[in-house]
This record gives sequence, C-alpha cells and structure tokens, in this order.
Amino acid sequence: MLDLRRFTGREMRISDKLMEFNWGFLLLLAVISSMGFAMLYSVADGSFSPWALKQMIRFVLGAGIMVVVALVDLRLWMRISYPLYAIALVLVTAVDIVGFKGMGAQRWLNLGIIQLQPSEIMKVAILLALARYFHGLTLEEVSRVKNLIIPLLIVVVPVGLVVKQPDLGTAILLTVSGGVLFFAAGLAWRYFILGGLAILAAIPVIWERLHDYQRNRVFTFLDPERDPLGAGYHILQSKIALGSGGVFGKGFMAGTQAHLNFLPEKQTDFIFTMLCEELGFVGGLTLLAFYSVVLIYSFSVAVQCRNQFGRLLALGVSVSFFFYVFINSAMVMGLLPVVGVPLPLVSYGGTAMLSLMFAFGLLMSVYIHRNLEIARGNNAFW
Amino acid sequence: MQIDGRDSSRYQAFTRRTLVLGGAQAAAFVVLAGRMYYLQILKSDEYQMLAEENRINVRLLAPLRGRIVDRYGSVLASNRQNYRAVLVAEQTPNIGETLDRLSRIVAITPFDRKKIMRDIDRSPRFMPVTVAEDLTWEQFAQVNINEPDLAGVQPDVGETRYYPYAMELAHVVGYVGPVSDKEMEDADDEQPLLKLPGFRIGKSGIEKTFDQDLRGIAGATHVEVNAYGRVIRELSKDQGKPGAEIVLTLDMEIQKFACERLKEESASAVVMDIHSGDILSFVSTPAFDPNEFNMGLSQDQWKMLVDNPYKPLTNKAIAGLYPPGSTFKTMTAIAALEAGVDPNHTVGCNGKYALGNHLFHCWKKEGHGAMNMHDGLKHSCDVYFYDLAKRIGIDAIEKVAKRFGLGETYDLEIPGEKKGIVPSRDWKRATTGVSWQQGETLITGIGQGFLLTSPLQLAVMASRLANGGYAVKPHLTRAVGGQLLPKPEAPRMDVDPEHLKIVQGGMNGVSNEPGGTAYRARITEVGMELAGKTGSAQVRRISMAERDSGVRKNDTLEWRLRDHALFICFAPVADPKYAMALVIEHGGSGSGAAAPAARDIMLEVQKRNLARPQAYMPRGDVKEA
Repeated sequence: MLDLRRFTGREMRISDKLMEFNWGFLLLLAVISSMGFAMLYSVADGSFSPWALKQMIRFVLGAGIMVVVALVDLRLWMRISYPLYAIALVLVTAVDIVGFKGMGAQRWLNLGIIQLQPSEIMKVAILLALARYFHGLTLEEVSRVKNLIIPLLIVVVPVGLVVKQPDLGTAILLTVSGGVLFFAAGLAWRYFILGGLAILAAIPVIWERLHDYQRNRVFTFLDPERDPLGAGYHILQSKIALGSGGVFGKGFMAGTQAHLNFLPEKQTDFIFTMLCEELGFVGGLTLLAFYSVVLIYSFSVAVQCRNQFGRLLALGVSVSFFFYVFINSAMVMGLLPVVGVPLPLVSYGGTAMLSLMFAFGLLMSVYIHRNLEIARGNNAFW
Repeated sequence: MQIDGRDSSRYQAFTRRTLVLGGAQAAAFVVLAGRMYYLQILKSDEYQMLAEENRINVRLLAPLRGRIVDRYGSVLASNRQNYRAVLVAEQTPNIGETLDRLSRIVAITPFDRKKIMRDIDRSPRFMPVTVAEDLTWEQFAQVNINEPDLAGVQPDVGETRYYPYAMELAHVVGYVGPVSDKEMEDADDEQPLLKLPGFRIGKSGIEKTFDQDLRGIAGATHVEVNAYGRVIRELSKDQGKPGAEIVLTLDMEIQKFACERLKEESASAVVMDIHSGDILSFVSTPAFDPNEFNMGLSQDQWKMLVDNPYKPLTNKAIAGLYPPGSTFKTMTAIAALEAGVDPNHTVGCNGKYALGNHLFHCWKKEGHGAMNMHDGLKHSCDVYFYDLAKRIGIDAIEKVAKRFGLGETYDLEIPGEKKGIVPSRDWKRATTGVSWQQGETLITGIGQGFLLTSPLQLAVMASRLANGGYAVKPHLTRAVGGQLLPKPEAPRMDVDPEHLKIVQGGMNGVSNEPGGTAYRARITEVGMELAGKTGSAQVRRISMAERDSGVRKNDTLEWRLRDHALFICFAPVADPKYAMALVIEHGGSGSGAAAPAARDIMLEVQKRNLARPQAYMPRGDVKEA
C-alpha cells in the first residue's frame, strides 16, 4: 500500500496519516510519563496537587500537539524551518533583554498567559534549521569549508545568547545536538578532530568566564566530599538516596531521603534519584529500558526515512532526547557535574514537556512521511 | 526507481554514522546501568546506613539530678522546671537584632548580652545557647507566641537545680554551675552529657564530691528529622537513669535553728554525734545563695561577696583556722594527767606567771588564788596551765592534741578541709629555722601561739573527750543511692578513761558550777545539761603599756581586733550524745558570745532528737551490696 502511494505520487489524506501514526509509540511515552506522575504524586506526599495533576494535563496537551505536528506535511516543516528558527532567535534575544530571572538565571519570557522558555523552542528550531540546511548539500559539499559557515552560525549564535543567560546546560545541549547533525550529515572526520582540539584549547578561556557557582559545581563534581554540607551536599544526598534504594527500593512514597527533604529539587532535576530510591534498581532500570526503546525506535525512524531532511530531523530529536536522559541521570549518579537538565517526560516542567512532545510530533511526522522523496535542490526560502 | 546516486552515498554515510551514534548511546546506557548497579547493589548497605544516619538523630536527655536530703528526708537540693529561651545561632541572620527583639519580652542586660555572645562564639553554630532563664509563665508564653519574629529563638523547658534552704546550706550542699572549658577538657573519655546546653555540674560541697552519683545516666531519644533538623516523629526513647539520692547526716531543723541563731555573726558551728561521727549541723555564716550561683552571678554580686569582711565564700567550719584559746586547756590537762601530774596539784594564781625575766599574764588580772585542775578548767585559769605546760613540755601536749584529732583532716565529704597547726619542736625548726622556746610551750598550753584549729577539729576533739576515748571521725553522708554507708570506724584511743572523767568534770564545772566561765550560759532543763569549755582567742598583741593602764575591753575595739569567741561542749552531761564546737569571729569572749549561742543550739539538738527519733529510710532502688 505504501509502495503504491509512492509510485502514484498521490498525496496522503489525513485519515491515511492517522493510520500511519504510531499510536504504540505515544502509549510508550504515556507509560514513561506515568512513572513521572507517580513520582510527582509521591513527592507531594500522596497528592495530585501541586504537581502530578498539572503534569498530566501538560502531557495530554503535549500529546495533542504531537498529533497535530505529526500530521503536518514534512515538506511544510521543511519550508518553515528557517522562519521558525528566526522567530526562536528573536525570542531568545528578547529573553536577554526583557526576560525575568528564575532560580538565579534569566531564562523566562512572560507572555502574559504563559511563561515561555525560548531556549526550549530553540532546541527544536536549531534541529529544523540544520536539517533543512544539510538537506540541500551532497556528501561532498558538506565537507567544504564555505558550506560550514551558515550551519556554524545557526549553532553559535543561539548558543552564545543562551550562555549569557546563563544557561550552561542548554548551551551544551544545543552545541552537542547541533554537532551530531553535522556528524550525521557526513561532515569529514578531520573537522571533528579539529573541533575537539579547538574545544580543548578553549577550556581555559571558558573556565575564566564561568560564574563562580558554575566553577563550584565542577569542583564539587570532582570531589563531592570537599564540602559535604555546602556545594557537595546535593550530589552526596542524591547518591545516598540512590544507593539506599537497593534492589527493590524503599517502596512507593516511602523514600526517606526524598520525603525528609534531604534530596533537593526532587520534583525536577533529581526526580530520577527519587524514583531509584523508592522503586530501587529495578525501577530505575525499567525507566532506562523504556527510554532505550524510545531511542531505538527513533533511530529506526531516521534510518527508514527516504529524505535527508527527515533523517536528520529524526536523528536530531532522538539524540537531543538521549542527551537529556544521559546528562540528567549521569548527574544524579555523580558521573557529571550538576547541570540544570530535566529528565525528559518525567521531571516536572511545562515548557520542557511541551517542546519535547512537539519534537516527538516532528519525529512522528518524519515517520508518517518517511517515503516522501524531497528533492535536494528544493531550497526555496520563504 | 529514481535513486539519486549522490543521495544514496550520503544516505549510506548517514546510516553508518547513525550506527556509530547508536553504539555510543548504547555504551552510555551501559555506563548508567553499571553506575546504578554499583550504587544500588554493591554499595547499597553503605548508603542505607548513611540514609539512616541522615534520618535519625540521637538526642541526649539530661538525667534528673539526684536529690540531696537531710537525715529525716527533708529536701535540701532538688530540681524544678525552668522556662527558658535558647538561641540557635545559625538560624538567625542577625543575632543582635534577635536579642533586641527578645529583650522586649525579657530583660537582657548588657552583662547578659556579653555572656550570651561569648557562649555563642564558643559553641558550634547549630548548638542552642541559653539566652534567658527562669522566665515567668507569661514571658514564656510570649516567647512562644512571638517565635516567628524571633528567628533562631526556641522556647525550652529545662530542669534547674533548686536549693530550698539556700543560705543555710551553701557551704555543705554547695552549688552547681555550667561546665567550664577546663572541666570539659579534663572530663575522662566520652562525656557527651557535659555538652548538653545548660548542663550543670557540681562546683562545690556535696554537689561536687558526689557529682558522678548525682548526675545519673543520660537517656536518649531517637527521632526522625528532616533535612532542616525538624523532628518528624520520635522513634524510641530511653529515659536514662536519674541521679542517685544523697542522704546527709544533717538535721535540717537544727541547721535552720543554728543558722538563725548565728546569722548576725561571722561564725561557724559543728554539731556531731559523738559516737557515730554524724554531723548534725554544719554552719558557716554568713553564706551566699547557691541558686544565684547556678544562674550565674553578676559582677556586682560577685564583688560584694568577695569584699564582704565576714567572708561569706569561706567555709569557716573547715577552712576557718583559729587559735583554739582556752578550749585547748582540755588537751593540756589530759597531757598533764598522762605525764603523771596529780589532778589535785595546786597552783597559786596572782594574775601573772614569770618565766625567766618574762611575765605571762592570766586573763584575770587580780588572779584566781589557789587552783587545782578542776578549778583551773572551771575558771579557765591561764597561770594554772602555764604551770602544767612548763612541767610537761611541748612534746607531751603535741602528742595529745594530735591524738584528739587536731592538726589533721578527716576526708570529709566536702572539699576544702584545712589541717591547721599543732606546733612541735620539729615543726618550728622546719618552718622558722629557730628552735623551740619554753615560753612558746606556755602559750601553747593555753591554746595560743602557733596553734591553729578549725571548728570541725574542735568538734572532733570535744567528741573524743565526751565519748570515752574513741577516735570518732566526722562525716556528712548517711546514704548514697539508697544504700546506707558503713559507719566509719572509731577505734579506741590510747587514753585513760579516768583522765577523761577528770576533764569532763572540769567542763561540767565550767557550765554547771557557780563561778564557771559559762555558768551563765548553762542549760537548766534537767537531763539536758551540757558541759563545755570557753575560749577567747586573742588576735592582737597586748603591749606592756596597755597591760599597765588596763587591757582594753573587746567592745571598745574595732571588730577585726576583738578576740575570737570559742566554745566547745557536749551534752547531756550524764550520758553524752552530742558534741559541738562553735566559733564566733571577733565575738569578744567565749563565755559572753559563744557559750550562749552554743547553749541554745545544744538545747535545740536535744529537744529535736527526742521529738523525732526515727531516721529517714533512704529511697532508691539500688540495693545491691
């Protein structure tokens, strides 16, 4: 049936697309999110307010967005990639000028009804823009220096703005997921070696420019026992919570570290710790397994896709998702310094949930439109 | 199939690189799972322990300090609730401001403030420091209500030591006070109790000596706390063990009476059971209020105590040293009898006694006429004892004095006993480098010169004279923790009971025969009569010129130059049970000042014990041998 459509060139109807939509994948996302709901319910000592219910509503809302985004023709997404990127850039810039500070960093934009975190939008926009750009290049063209200027700018400009906020976590995510698209597009290995060396060379400069609290996080990461009641406290308590969970955990709603407030930020950044404390090694591995399924599926979507834009976009979504999961869980386990990165789908947070579901919508759009062949030369800028 | 060749090459590159990425991600997940395995399975026990340590806080509970009671069970030291406010320094952004606010409820003087700041500096930031004590209920309620405005301040109910008979017992029971830095350092092994805020330990008297018994064993609560230290619930509680009760030999009613009788004076008195050595009353006036010491004295209060010429801080009964004066003539008499002097040996007294070219005076300028031993004691004739002393020599006197307990300490249960001086040839050579003079033997014979004794020693001397020659030792405690203490041994002394009878007879003459120096201060109640010996210890030198123009009367002298008034006695005469020594500093004369006070107290002692013969059975569950 699909092959038929491909050869006839008949456009897909909405009903076709709904048929193609992978509802099982949405169910998987719902299962992962439910583990988050359960934890948020536990954090509130067995109450849906103030977190669990809100998070559920957001997920439902996000699921709606995902479906809508998925149904939009992939070519349309491709066409509006640059404008979307431009809008995101404006918003990020606006945050620098008029945004207000939350938790010591200037990240939020108050739009009256909702508080927007433009850097979240930028995470998706940057993927769209890079996928769009690399779609138009042959393998040989990708590695030409003159063709690298635009994509580098696409990455560097928002990263620079985000660093200023300061939001190091997002800056790293933007850089890394952007870099991955360069890699997947086929950029020659030598650039990555050069880039790696450049980053090494830049470390002292970056170090100079880091805020004290950021430097402290690195010190603390290197030696958490350095100051067990101060900066090292969070990571130490997180490790204690994790470790004390054991194989099967202390039981749902019975985590002492979380409920007696030894664990910081447990509804957001440290929710994985709480899950591991209450549900144990088994619970934590289950969540990681679910995440793995999401990743494997999104890889398969990327590889199956027959257009470069879709491939790159799907891979970008997948890799960003991976980095969220990895950075957050490695941080709470004491493998990485403390960075404010939420655990996707599970951590409490509106913008993160919605932008993630939006990204999964794009992934699903790639899946639905996987057999579309989009000409490389379709470079029209709107 | 319209496959773009170049597209196909970039697809292949994409797929290859996707596989690389996938591999990297898989590796990353393996690392995560491995880390979880390490933390949650390999190190699980260790982290579970840490989590428990986080969660569970052990809080020491100060045990209730043991009571101190008298021999009939009257409470001499107990505990009462103390409403106080404590401050945790780390919980307030500004200590000064918090104290300002608190001072609107409770007065905090600049002195208090300095002390509080010092305490805060000395203790860790999370340790509560007492900022106000002894709050009224109203003040306490206000602190409670205003807690939100008083950052770091917590209302707290503690137990504080309370001495119902403050002044009367300051020198026996002593007082408690906060643990000093030095005491903290000296404390052997683990003494976490000492670090409890507001914990008090014995600083003097019985409180100090029996501190370990009184302290008890600390209890502990295990509480679950959250990250901010707030208690969520109590997991278990061990009440600990209250301190042991100490039963003293004192009779508080006698003590009160004696203190009342002597309160105007700088005086001391010790009443003893002559057979058991039980101290029934132990007075040193004036005293201080140990309750104030417990709370911490102000500088002014302290200065007043130190500057007071009556020396309220000195425990005069054991640390006050006085020449025994004529009370010592009992010793000279015993020594003379032992040296073979006949009790009927008679000396004519004309008011003076010549030794070489030096004249020794009798207190009675015109002389007593012919005196035998009985009369010598009865009239306290100095010349008679000059003669005895000269006959027997210092060595004989020294031996007897020491046998009767002078010049030694008795390991009394309270610290501060002084030995005093019983002079001897060796002692003088060692301390002054000059050899003994015969004149010194004479003045020693009448209790002057180098001799120095404490009231307690004089009471022991009187007891040993009265009990027929047993070396009784004084003591203050009857029971500790419900267990009666064994009676101290009172071995037979090497003394002839006949000799004692002669001296006792002389003392009877002093009190009960007309003309005796204490006849006016006798007990007239039949069966309760006392026998005593007066003493007036000279504290100044009387010049030749003054002798010629007439020795100045004591009441014309300023207080500090007047003679000490002393009196020793025992009662009842017929079957002695109690002995007493009483010293009134600069009281004038033994017969005029000391004997009447002693008479009143001794009468009360006998009335009391007839009325309440039943001693208190000490409480307590510690019965093991």
